[in-house]
Amino acid sequence: MSTRTRTEGAAKRAARPAKTNRIGLEKTSYRGRPSTLCKGCGHDSISQRIVNAAWEMGLDQTQVVKLSGIGCSSKTPAYYLGWSHGFNSLHGRMPSVATGAIVANSSLEVIGVSGDGDTASIGIGQFKHAVRRNLPLIYIVENNGVYGLTKGQFSATADEGQFLKYQGVNDLPPLDICMEALTANATFIARSFAGDMKQLEALLKAAINHRGIAVLDIVSPCVTFNNHDTSTKSYGFGRANEIRLHDLNFVPEFEEIEIEDYEDEVEVELHDGGSIVLKKIDPDHDPKDRTAAYNVIQQSLDEKKLITGLLYINEEEPTLTELLNLTDTPLTHLPDEKLRPSREALEGVMATLA
Amino acid sequence: MSVAVREAPIVKPDAPAAVNDFAINVATANGSGSQTSNGVLLRALFKMGIPINGKNLFPSNIQGLPTWYIIRLSKDGFLARREMTDVQVCMNGRTVAEDMERVAPGGIVLYDDSLPVANRRKDVTYYPMPVKDLVKDAKVPRALRDYVANMVYVGVLAELLGIEPAEIEAALLHHFEGKEKAAGLNMEMVQHAIDWASQNVVQHEGYRIERMTGFNEGKILVDGNTAGALGALAGGLSLASWYPITPSSSMAEAVEKYAPALRTDPDTGKATVAVIQAEDELAAIGMVVGAGWTGARAMTCTSGPGISLMSEFAGLAYFAEVPAVIWDIQRMGPSTGLPTRTSQGDILAAYYCGHGDTKHVVLFPADPAECFEFGRTAFDLAEALQTLVFVLSDLDLGMNSHISEPFEYTDAPFKRGKVLSAEDLEERQGSWGRYMDVDGDGVAYRTLPGTRHNMAAYFTRGTGHNEYGYYSERPEDWEQNLERLKRKFETARQLAPRPVLDEVEGAQIGIISLGSNHDGVEEARARLEATMVSTNYLRLRALPIDDSVRTFIDQNTTVFVVEANSDGQLHTVLTTEEPAQALKLVSLAKCDGLPLSARYIVEEIQLAMEEELI
Repeated sequence: MSTRTRTEGAAKRAARPAKTNRIGLEKTSYRGRPSTLCKGCGHDSISQRIVNAAWEMGLDQTQVVKLSGIGCSSKTPAYYLGWSHGFNSLHGRMPSVATGAIVANSSLEVIGVSGDGDTASIGIGQFKHAVRRNLPLIYIVENNGVYGLTKGQFSATADEGQFLKYQGVNDLPPLDICMEALTANATFIARSFAGDMKQLEALLKAAINHRGIAVLDIVSPCVTFNNHDTSTKSYGFGRANEIRLHDLNFVPEFEEIEIEDYEDEVEVELHDGGSIVLKKIDPDHDPKDRTAAYNVIQQSLDEKKLITGLLYINEEEPTLTELLNLTDTPLTHLPDEKLRPSREALEGVMATLA
Repeated sequence: MSVAVREAPIVKPDAPAAVNDFAINVATANGSGSQTSNGVLLRALFKMGIPINGKNLFPSNIQGLPTWYIIRLSKDGFLARREMTDVQVCMNGRTVAEDMERVAPGGIVLYDDSLPVANRRKDVTYYPMPVKDLVKDAKVPRALRDYVANMVYVGVLAELLGIEPAEIEAALLHHFEGKEKAAGLNMEMVQHAIDWASQNVVQHEGYRIERMTGFNEGKILVDGNTAGALGALAGGLSLASWYPITPSSSMAEAVEKYAPALRTDPDTGKATVAVIQAEDELAAIGMVVGAGWTGARAMTCTSGPGISLMSEFAGLAYFAEVPAVIWDIQRMGPSTGLPTRTSQGDILAAYYCGHGDTKHVVLFPADPAECFEFGRTAFDLAEALQTLVFVLSDLDLGMNSHISEPFEYTDAPFKRGKVLSAEDLEERQGSWGRYMDVDGDGVAYRTLPGTRHNMAAYFTRGTGHNEYGYYSERPEDWEQNLERLKRKFETARQLAPRPVLDEVEGAQIGIISLGSNHDGVEEARARLEATMVSTNYLRLRALPIDDSVRTFIDQNTTVFVVEANSDGQLHTVLTTEEPAQALKLVSLAKCDGLPLSARYIVEEIQLAMEEELI
């Protein structure tokens, strides 16, 4: 047993120079304001993972934008990356706000946070169209299968047959976020569990480096309204039933690949130079194979298992901003004279109307 | 071939011909290609120097339902819709009976001789046109005959009234953007019809078209939607997002059409403006709000139903204080039915759009030149005030062609409003509050995402923020915020485009109107003036109203509020905002899907005078 007192420990820690990332910032700089969510909420774990991933990658927070819709999940952008602009927009409408922000300033790294109600119920249309456009957006769904802020109603991802105190039994089949993303031609689809720190951070980093839309469906238990072990969105279920497709490791471009003792590794190179290294476990899953992705998601539904990891990735498809053929300089940075026609050009149009 | 012919005596052979002063109504079936023939007619008349206006009354339909195109010629430049038809062209069997009824005594009817015609009037001259035979005889490939059949009436009208064939040919070339083959094929049909008419039609002395000068020189012919699109492109537009809806779609399409010529970066060949067709109106306005928040000039264009769908975002833009622009090309009511008929029924919906206490800046362009001007003004105001700005046009202004002065180029700097840069923040040592009224005008300072300073960020929410943008549910914080928004609205009152006043010495009767009613109001005033009734006129160009409106009402004994809706929505706004003078305000509100005519305004004012309301 140590005889060292608490005070001594704190003094020792204080004497140690704080650890900084590659742009010289301590991890505390990546925090936001204190969370007002329930204690133990899965969403707070995810916020912490975002802080870690951003700090470890050395993201410049001033070039990051955090967007959300409405709901418990959508409150979280206030709780991380305090130096980034954030916008708590409208219920189910985060994707359109993100589209406008990204088209206006394509140099921004945009993280959108949504929930299962925000995405799969009211926002399913905007979700699927953002996916279809391959909007360069990290789209995080904090999925707990229940409405928290309005006190415990079913969302569209709630399990069939699930019981809630005020709602009774849900007799409709759930929408599966990953399946919806796949059918809308998403170029990055991953599923994870709020309690799986290592995997989630690797996926977040990979998502940041992906060039198009990155859909992360993160099962995030609601400790207040939906944490019964019978629910597929509970801590108990997640821990007992999570099957990882791979062990994941993300390697940013500025680090050499250095992984301990991986066999059957697959390395997926990402747009910004980083790569995600997958160690195959069981079954063999090729994340570049769309049909394989479909099969894994269907298997997950059939077997009621939480199959997690990188389900699908495609780095080839053009993004919305690429298709729009906009200037490399973001539109918001263009000077006035580039944002209006020349006198001659307008006079040319006038001549055709005369 | 029928040899024709004039089937009734000319009623008023002794009366002098109406030269460049009458109305032509062309009745066709939708989708029969009449848009080309009517557009060509209008342009040929325009290039002959005649003041004209064309109004397309079309159904909500792709093919088959009746369509009318009304061309008003007015040597004096009165270009509102005329209720009377002088020259009627009948190409549609389904409406031929009612079309013939519409013609003024002494008028002319040209009709496709295959149409069933009963009940001929004695006071009208009839000209049957052997359309089928003429099309068959013209050197037009069989497969294209249906497309050129409407050129028959163009040719017959040209011969009968005196439209110069060379101008028809030039208008065809213009329409087909220089494609000689397509233009030539159509001209072949026109010429064949002219030749036939010159041999077979007995001239009518009642109506003549003659080249004139003094009005159209230097002017352009353009619709308001194109004008607004050009104005936005010239005014710094970066993102236009939209969802198709009549009658606004052609505005977004005009942005797409003209963007390559006007907004390609000469250095890189890349676009400096994005156009996105959204999945619905909610997404369209969401994109605008996202872009406006990020610092770009963004707009969407829609019509009434779209405004309803956008109202949640309108409220958010108001309270989160995000610059955004919505063009509302107004049409009749909800759903299907009359989406292709004009109206000014969204004044209240736009002014108060949202939930909670919202009032927006609303602009009312009256003609294409003002649509062009407001294309930019709307952005300047939205950014200066950090708020949503509506521009309320309507189907008549937006989709019909109007004679206009060419649009003026300006390279005046865009008014970007209160935006703090990283350097500004450094000077202030990072101390700023997103919703703090530093200058006392209700407009706070903002930063844009991507500003490279670690104090730049703030968190945007609809309601529930204090002066620093932090989450707050304190009643005091929210009340203060609402008070500041009221101050901002007073600032808006000062910045919004001022009304245009036309006062006549000694006049006691006032008219307040807005938007595309202008032509009708001006003509009505001239007619009233001719009966010794002088009127003052205030054309409102924006809400909120400024002091000049109060002064105007004050200086008149009675003020008629003229608008194209049923409830008298502008009248409602004015009586609400100027309650002390409410009894002076008389509502002249009409909503029948048609642009307001001068006759309606004149008769209503005369009726009020007879009933001694004045």
